[in-house]
Amino acid sequence: MTNELIDFVLVSVALLAIGIYGMSVKRNAIRMLFGIEMIINSANLNLVAFARFIPNSQGQTLALFSIAIAAAEVAVGLALVIVAYRMYKNIDIEDFRSLKG
Amino acid sequence: MVDAVFLALSVLTIGSAIVALEIRSLIYGSIALMLTLSGIAGFFLLLDAPFVAMFQLSVYVGSIAVLILFTVMLVRRELIFNKIEDKRRRYAGIGLMLALMLGIGMIIIGSGMKSIETNSPSVDYKKIGEDFLTYYSPALIVMALILASSVVGALTLARREDMTNDQRTD
Repeated sequence: MTNELIDFVLVSVALLAIGIYGMSVKRNAIRMLFGIEMIINSANLNLVAFARFIPNSQGQTLALFSIAIAAAEVAVGLALVIVAYRMYKNIDIEDFRSLKG
Repeated sequence: MVDAVFLALSVLTIGSAIVALEIRSLIYGSIALMLTLSGIAGFFLLLDAPFVAMFQLSVYVGSIAVLILFTVMLVRRELIFNKIEDKRRRYAGIGLMLALMLGIGMIIIGSGMKSIETNSPSVDYKKIGEDFLTYYSPALIVMALILASSVVGALTLARREDMTNDQRTD
């Protein structure tokens, strides 16, 4: 195996930073979900990379659980986007103001 | 040292992540997100975790990306191509991204992680299946319940109350 642990961790950091950029700048609800997906994937990459270099099977198990939970989260998030789109006729999150008080 | 496959995979992953956030059309954006997720699956293959890679392909690329594509197609046409963002907030976001990359990257490069290499054999995926069915079986059951309840919750949320009779009578 020629790749070192630090290479995978650096790719994961780059993906995390891009995801945080997407979540903080974009106002489109679906694009914010893209950012969340990238952050979750960078976490999974970290888990599997560290599990390979220990080596240990529990990291891969945890990554599998994490992927499944992320699937559930995306399903609920997209349903929320559809409901908000039906109520406001828009997916700009600055228009979703009825919870603001 | 990194090899060429790793380099190509990282360029694909990072590049398509940026494209997914920056391209005008949301449909092309979700296809680029699909490419990012496939790149992550390739990293899992490089890390000798074929089971996780196949799981990633089937769950993320197979179901989540298709779900996102269908949701994008439900939204009105001009909203798909409309790009709404502040100029100033965008510059601040790019600054935050670069600061995070440089900061955490410097910390990681400065740490002692650089010399870690392994020659030990990879974990057999039969061991993962065994773990799932023996030690982690309560967690597996709880995860199944979470998935089922989230699907029911999504269906309940997206249901329309104003359409009680939606059968066509023609």
